Amino acid sequence: MIEAVGLTKRYGAKTAVYNLSFQVRPGAVTGFLGPNGSGKSTTMRMILGLDRPTSGRVTIGGHDFRSLPNAPRQVGALLDAKAVHGGRSARNHLLSLAQLAGIPEARVDEVLGVVGLQDVARKRSKGFSLGMGQRLGIAAALLGDPQVLLFDEPVNGLDPEGILWVRNLMRMLASEGRTVFVSSHLMSEMALTADHLIVIGRGQLMADMSVKDFISANSADFARVRVPDETPEQREKLTTTLTEAGGQVMPEPDGALRVTGLALPRISDLAHESDVRLWELSPHQASLEEAYMRMTQGAVDYRSTADQRAHLQQQQPYAGYGQQPGYAPPPQQPVPDVPQQGWYAPPPPGQNPYAAAPAPTAPAQAPTPAPDAPAPAPTAPAATPADLTKRDTSEDPR
Amino acid sequence: MTTPSTPPTPQAPYQQAAPQQAYHQPQGFYTSPIPVRPATLGDAIASEWTKIRSVRSTMWTLGVMTALLLVIGVLTAVAVSASDSNMNGTPVLSLGFFGVLLGTICVITLGVMTIASEYGTGMIRTTLTACPSRGRVLGAKALVFFLLTFVLTTVMTTLVALIQSSMLDADSPSGAEWLRATVGVSLYVATLGLLALAVGALIRHSAGAITIMIGVVLLPLVLALFMFASSLEGLRDALLEYSVPNQLSVFYDNSVSTSGPSGWEPLWIIIGVTAVALGGAYLSMNRRDV
Repeated sequence: MIEAVGLTKRYGAKTAVYNLSFQVRPGAVTGFLGPNGSGKSTTMRMILGLDRPTSGRVTIGGHDFRSLPNAPRQVGALLDAKAVHGGRSARNHLLSLAQLAGIPEARVDEVLGVVGLQDVARKRSKGFSLGMGQRLGIAAALLGDPQVLLFDEPVNGLDPEGILWVRNLMRMLASEGRTVFVSSHLMSEMALTADHLIVIGRGQLMADMSVKDFISANSADFARVRVPDETPEQREKLTTTLTEAGGQVMPEPDGALRVTGLALPRISDLAHESDVRLWELSPHQASLEEAYMRMTQGAVDYRSTADQRAHLQQQQPYAGYGQQPGYAPPPQQPVPDVPQQGWYAPPPPGQNPYAAAPAPTAPAQAPTPAPDAPAPAPTAPAATPADLTKRDTSEDPR
Repeated sequence: MTTPSTPPTPQAPYQQAAPQQAYHQPQGFYTSPIPVRPATLGDAIASEWTKIRSVRSTMWTLGVMTALLLVIGVLTAVAVSASDSNMNGTPVLSLGFFGVLLGTICVITLGVMTIASEYGTGMIRTTLTACPSRGRVLGAKALVFFLLTFVLTTVMTTLVALIQSSMLDADSPSGAEWLRATVGVSLYVATLGLLALAVGALIRHSAGAITIMIGVVLLPLVLALFMFASSLEGLRDALLEYSVPNQLSVFYDNSVSTSGPSGWEPLWIIIGVTAVALGGAYLSMNRRDV
């Protein structure tokens, strides 16, 4: 259990963390989110006693980190994958940390196996990739079999297999009753890993709630309604009906309707009353990413703008980019459009039944059911020429 | 304090608190099956020993020092015996001085690297996360480094002195002279290395700390050489007498002047300076953010 009370850290005139109070409870993965420079790492360092808070205090299990009798046995931390002496082998690095806490040497080989570094255990860590460095850092955190684990951006630089492994590892550690505190800026990752979220922006607490609450508090849920494509007048009719009933209706690019402010049964009833057939009526929840961006948009310190390349080009009147006023960075949009759950992104052909359905808009030519027809068609011709060429090439040498 | 050592007790309060907590609750509170014991200075010393022996800079600096002591010691003895000049009462052990003076540079480098390389690589954050007690980390580093350099320097100075005295036909030195020229010199050099370690902890930057320490060793002597004015004579003599090379030569009864430190005095001086510097390093490590 990590408890911070009124934590404040100033570096000169800059306040990195201001009056932060939160609790991280055991048995759950707690995600720690915030834009770049929002004070995540500073907070982590204060928890570990590396930075002294300007005011306030943070304790682990009721103790100051610096007063723990055997820190690695109680708190494991991955702060920075590169916080190792590059000239030392992975095994010696872990061995020195193990000895610091009186952990037997056999445990070092055990954790090297856990993170999958046993083959490079005796190589100098200077040559490690970022992902291997992360694995080494995770091994160091697991070394003491601690109750409390802190990970600062653990999936940085990991391959997909490694990301999946870290995700399962976090969940497993939490299910054993440990306190797991993970900072990340990867919202999609946190949505899959974390149970609880602590969000900070500009060093101040913005949210401390479960993932589910966070999403529903910060983004409106909506229903997706689709009427048969060949009947646009039904769509108009339904839009009018739903709007009159108090819902907000927004058309989506693929012809569906996005309805907020009305419960699903109510939409169904209204459609039934106005005699509109529905092809789809589905509940949707905004992604964590969208919820997060909505919340932190005001607290982003480092915002990227479009690269105008104005100083690269020679002075040419009315040439190049100058003609397009739209090229300038757009004014701050309220919510950046985040592609979510295949809502905007063009679905891959033949996989998404929704994508297949609109294709035969005049469905006279397609005798077979729509979703099936396009799927085998592209694969079969693709496979045959490939096979033919293979046979050709294999016959040529003979 | 009791959290780790008594597994059953911490579970109870958490289970009581469980209903108040809004989200997913586990059965209990994880406790490692392996009992937790408090970490000690001995653990830290074992760890520092692993660290110091597993980096190349240790092998390089100590290897170069060994080579310098041996090669310069033997070469001076060969040169003296070949020139056939009699020693004019110069103690035979003093021939080891040149090698030791150059060897101090290696010891200083290693002393600085022992701690400053951790700051340079970021390893210090890992170390202090694994051992939050700054005093224990600094103490273990100082102890391991001191013992390593002291033992190695003693072995090497003794070896070189034996070679030199066997090659040259001179008065055999007394036991006290032997002790000062081997153990005394090695204590002085190892303590000087400890001073470098303290400076490394204060500066936290390898190159900067090494430069400062080389300045400490050489600058007083160089400055004194350029003080011609008679009004500065007192200062010049003090700089000469208390410069590290001269203090080192005191152990060989070979000092440039007669008024400065003598006998074992240089050792007490360097121990005092180093103790102050280590105290400062401890305070700075304790207070500063990593």
